[in-house]
Amino acid sequence: MAEKGALAEAPPVAVAKKPARPWDPRLLLEREEVLGYLLMLPALGLLTTFVVYPFLYGIWLSLTDSRIGVPGGFVGLKNFIELTRDSIFQQTFRNTFLYTGVTTVFKLAFGLAVAVLLNNTFPLKRFVRAAVLLPWIVPTVLSALAWLWMFDSTFSVINWMLARFGIKGPVWLGTNPWPMISLMAVNIWRGTPFYAISFLAGMQVINQELYEAAAIDGASRWQMFRHITLPTLRPVIIIVVLLSVILTFSDFQLIYVLTRGGPANSTHLFATLAYQVGLPSGEIGLGAAISLFIFPALCLTVFLTLWYMRRQELD
Amino acid sequence: MTPRPVAILDRFISIYVPVVITLVLLLFPFYWMAVTSVKPNAELFDVKANPFIVLRPTLEHYRYLFERTLFANWLLNTTVVAALSTAISLVLSVPAGYALARFRFPGGTLLGWGIFVTYLVPQTLLFLPLTQVINWLGLANTIWSLVLTYPTFLVPFGSWLLIGYFRSIPKDLEESALVDGATRLQALVRIALPLALPGILSVGIFSFTLSWNEFIYALVFISDPVNKTVPVGVTSELIRGDVFFWGSLMAGALLGSVPVALIYSFFVEYFVAGLTAGAVKG
Repeated sequence: MAEKGALAEAPPVAVAKKPARPWDPRLLLEREEVLGYLLMLPALGLLTTFVVYPFLYGIWLSLTDSRIGVPGGFVGLKNFIELTRDSIFQQTFRNTFLYTGVTTVFKLAFGLAVAVLLNNTFPLKRFVRAAVLLPWIVPTVLSALAWLWMFDSTFSVINWMLARFGIKGPVWLGTNPWPMISLMAVNIWRGTPFYAISFLAGMQVINQELYEAAAIDGASRWQMFRHITLPTLRPVIIIVVLLSVILTFSDFQLIYVLTRGGPANSTHLFATLAYQVGLPSGEIGLGAAISLFIFPALCLTVFLTLWYMRRQELD
Repeated sequence: MTPRPVAILDRFISIYVPVVITLVLLLFPFYWMAVTSVKPNAELFDVKANPFIVLRPTLEHYRYLFERTLFANWLLNTTVVAALSTAISLVLSVPAGYALARFRFPGGTLLGWGIFVTYLVPQTLLFLPLTQVINWLGLANTIWSLVLTYPTFLVPFGSWLLIGYFRSIPKDLEESALVDGATRLQALVRIALPLALPGILSVGIFSFTLSWNEFIYALVFISDPVNKTVPVGVTSELIRGDVFFWGSLMAGALLGSVPVALIYSFFVEYFVAGLTAGAVKG
């Protein structure tokens, strides 16, 4: 190219802006803003078609009395008003918050504990670290099937073990409050590895000299955890918790496999109730309205994440 | 001062015992899958027998799975869907990630955050309206409905991870290539792409696993048993009403888990890099 000399000094964009024939496609591609949009275009097209559009269409559906195969008419907020009066929905509402809140606290606590534990040196450490993540890697519905079998009303292996200690185990997925407790237990089992491995990765960048210095000053293990590990880990903890909250709040698979929302619709979350109402029962407008209850939680999560990331960037 | 045996005992109690307990709690369901899948029915449904022991191991459940069900089809479908949607996602997210990492253009930052937001949108928020979109496009009941929709959660994740990755590569190399007369596209393909290969590999592996594991879209878009994926096929076709074929169910669950577990075990480091990409960005 002729402009070689100029390019060496000025940023490339300055050169690209003064060609003799600005409509030459080859030169257009050298302009950041043109090439930038072009490279983004395929991804944006896909996301508009299959995320933005369905989302807006979902809002419209929630304001109609559509049924599968029957286009419905606009009914305003009728679906939402109906839902707030419905006792199954009220139960679902409470379940979703309870399920998210309880499991998040446990996953956070267990995740930290496992991460601290795995941060020690011991034989076969690499193997153990890899094995720990398995519950999170494997397709959730498939591992949930193993739990379904472990919770079986007649052949439950958990109850078999309890019986060795003279305890008669409950019908895990049958009698309240055990179904909800079982669901939470499996969610904690599945989620803890994600917390633990993320925290472990975060811990590995902590400067070991900090601990050595603290040890010389006579700090206890708890004090080191409290004043060195936790503060350094804070950004990782916040992001992991936020990601996990939105995933747990919108959970579907565990409930679908283990209880299908039963017994007597007592263990639904928003997602499973939306599915049951929207597809098998065919009331897709009402189902869409239920799905939309996930949205405020999503907004709050997004807002908190962005706010936190911005603050990190400013620091 | 401290006698050695006490130190060893202390390590034993504070590290080895908790590690073993953690492993047992986390891995027991997989052991249980494996044991159940090789137990003959007579032993499976014997309340008195010790459930941990298999007296006469058998492969009858596996044979049932392959001879009497569509499991082989589901395996093939899942592989094809996961491979294609991973490929599409890479083709879309590499350029998007590069553009967002390197170029300044009006609205660029906003688009970057927009992509991050779609990364957080759960499938359960969209599946009902998306079912209608899939119907209109005539994709219902085909694996193409999945090949085209899985990238919606893979592309945001991939672009986001790759923005970070491209930013970590020094600009100098591409800039000197431009000085030497390379076009911007050439700088991307010949210089940045090879350097970003580990990041691209992370995205690819993670995307494949996420596609393999996806459930709700596969459940609602496809009703023809032949076109189902492993997670949906196993849960919907092997359970008939109240009859549970536990042996073949567990065999199916195990076989459906093995591919992702294998991929994962070969690429643990890339996997953890992908996993923590969102978290470590800050």
